[in-house]
Amino acid sequence: MQSTFRRLAAVALLGALAVSGCANRERNAAPTTTPGATAATFPVELTPPGGRSVTLAEQPSRIVSLNPTSTESLFAIGAGEQVVAVDDQSNFPADVPRSDLSGFQPNVEAIAGHNPDLVVASNDTAGLVEGLAKVKVPVLLLPAATKLDDVYTQISLLGKATGHGAQADALTRQMRDQIEKTVRDTPKPSKDLTYYHELDDKFFTSTSKTFIGQIYGQFGLHNIADSAGGTGDYPQLSAEKIVDSNPDLVFLADTKCCGQSAQSVGTRPGWSELAAVRKGDVVALDDDIASRWGPRVVDLVRTVSDAVTKAGKN
Amino acid sequence: MTGVTATRLRARHLLLALVVLAIAVTASTLLGAIDLGWHRVLAEIWAQLTGGTSPLSEREAAILWQLRMPRIVLGGLVGAGLAVSGAAFQGVFRNPLADPYLLGAAAGAGLGATIVVALAPSATNWFVGPLPIAAFLGAVGGVALTSLLGRSAGAGTATLLLAGIAVASFLTATQTFVLQLNAETLRQVYTWMLGGLGTAGWQQVLLVLPYIAGAAVVLCACGRLLDVLTLGDEEAGSLGVNPGRMRLLVLAAASLATACAVSVSGLIGFVGIVVPHVVRMLAGASYRVLVPLSLIGGAAFLIVADVVARTAFAPSELPIGVVTAFTGAPFFLFVLRTTRGRTR
Repeated sequence: MQSTFRRLAAVALLGALAVSGCANRERNAAPTTTPGATAATFPVELTPPGGRSVTLAEQPSRIVSLNPTSTESLFAIGAGEQVVAVDDQSNFPADVPRSDLSGFQPNVEAIAGHNPDLVVASNDTAGLVEGLAKVKVPVLLLPAATKLDDVYTQISLLGKATGHGAQADALTRQMRDQIEKTVRDTPKPSKDLTYYHELDDKFFTSTSKTFIGQIYGQFGLHNIADSAGGTGDYPQLSAEKIVDSNPDLVFLADTKCCGQSAQSVGTRPGWSELAAVRKGDVVALDDDIASRWGPRVVDLVRTVSDAVTKAGKN
Repeated sequence: MTGVTATRLRARHLLLALVVLAIAVTASTLLGAIDLGWHRVLAEIWAQLTGGTSPLSEREAAILWQLRMPRIVLGGLVGAGLAVSGAAFQGVFRNPLADPYLLGAAAGAGLGATIVVALAPSATNWFVGPLPIAAFLGAVGGVALTSLLGRSAGAGTATLLLAGIAVASFLTATQTFVLQLNAETLRQVYTWMLGGLGTAGWQQVLLVLPYIAGAAVVLCACGRLLDVLTLGDEEAGSLGVNPGRMRLLVLAAASLATACAVSVSGLIGFVGIVVPHVVRMLAGASYRVLVPLSLIGGAAFLIVADVVARTAFAPSELPIGVVTAFTGAPFFLFVLRTTRGRTR
């Protein structure tokens, strides 16, 4: 008796599913063309360096950005109006449509819930690309830049992807010019300067091979962590090593994460002996600017330039 | 355990342990991420003692006295605290695999540290950062929660042990949840959990010294009582020892030492298991011997482990938890094998 009932219920359920399978669904709203965009450039195929290519049939109008750098770039090239949601770490510019989506632990369902026609992310974690492919959402993967050219390439790609190619090209040209000019106009230090770039208060740092390291390299600065490069590009330095190296410049990229400041590092054991501390060449950076590879790299370059100018005088 | 060998602490065992500790301290003073030159370091120490002139520059002197020395002393304190607590836990639970983190100290400290890293990252102008305080409170809170639950479920060490497992799982789950919500703090929390003495200063030494020293004195004084406990609760009662109160005192002292150690150095594993077992094999299983020798041995072991941590990949640091687990894990298996088949 009971088994008959179950069978009937199962059949009814299957029937319902079959019916709903035939049901019509609301189509996505027709893409609204953004003013100033060149709509004629679609379909477009985008091939990030080293990544898989993505083809967009139409200009995307519902973009989800899962990475603060992409968010900054999208808004800087005038594609902000096409962005419907950004991840919980995106905080610049101030008026971004921040959501509780996570780029570290992406949840495919939650992302799909925003009904996106393009997702921009920096990592393919938790089956992001595969999961979104099942619901036919293209994902443009733009991993962390390893050199300055990657920044320009990624901004250009975002320009093509959003139909803001001209703005993207203008932005990269402007960035290039400003960075080159800033580097060129920075007075040459009277001696070779060394620096320590701090990622957190446990002395994690980055070598000159990293993206940020190359920025310092443009000014001819020498990284004290390079001798520790055998343990990766982001080694944890020994406190003894830092004091012994006596860097001319200390850059703190842990002012937000770990509350560090020029004043607080001066009170660390042994640090009162450091040249950078004595001469006031401990530079507090904005963690966000120092860890992203978007349009605000220009600001970072300017901060470094000011620091080099000051430290190079004495 | 296999019955009591009621020996006293022999002078030669004590002497041997102190010699090992002295060697560890000496090696640790002379070796570091930066090679100051052993003869120059000795000359500096001699100069400090006699008021003479030292070959070291100001900065090199700062490396020696403000970075290396506090690190050695703190390593010694943490190692001593963890090993002596481990010995005490093994005595109380009459279980060779007991360690100081058994009652939720590690999980509680981990939760405390994670919450601070995730939610209150920028308060630093305190005497100590918020992280050690939160880790300490978490560790103490975890143990307190375990003992409350264990008591409400009934007397005896078995319920306490089970309560400890439940509390540790619960706190770890909570920590994972907080971490999941704040994935950007992952590296910071992870670094802390692997343990390290890389940022040690005299401040931390002063902070934990009184508590670890106090706990060590209490535990050393309890050696005979722990020996009596190994006979079983009834026997102990007939010898005039109140097993319940006894256990509470020992666990409170051991947990205090553990919480202090964890608060300044993160979660350093295996010291609390490995050291008491080595001592037991070399010098005897009596807690009158085991507790004081574990204290000295633990200090020596962690100081040596830290020498490896800061010199193996110098000038990079290796997390000290990796060093202790790398030597501790194979030893743990060895202990498992040799104690297999014996009574718990």
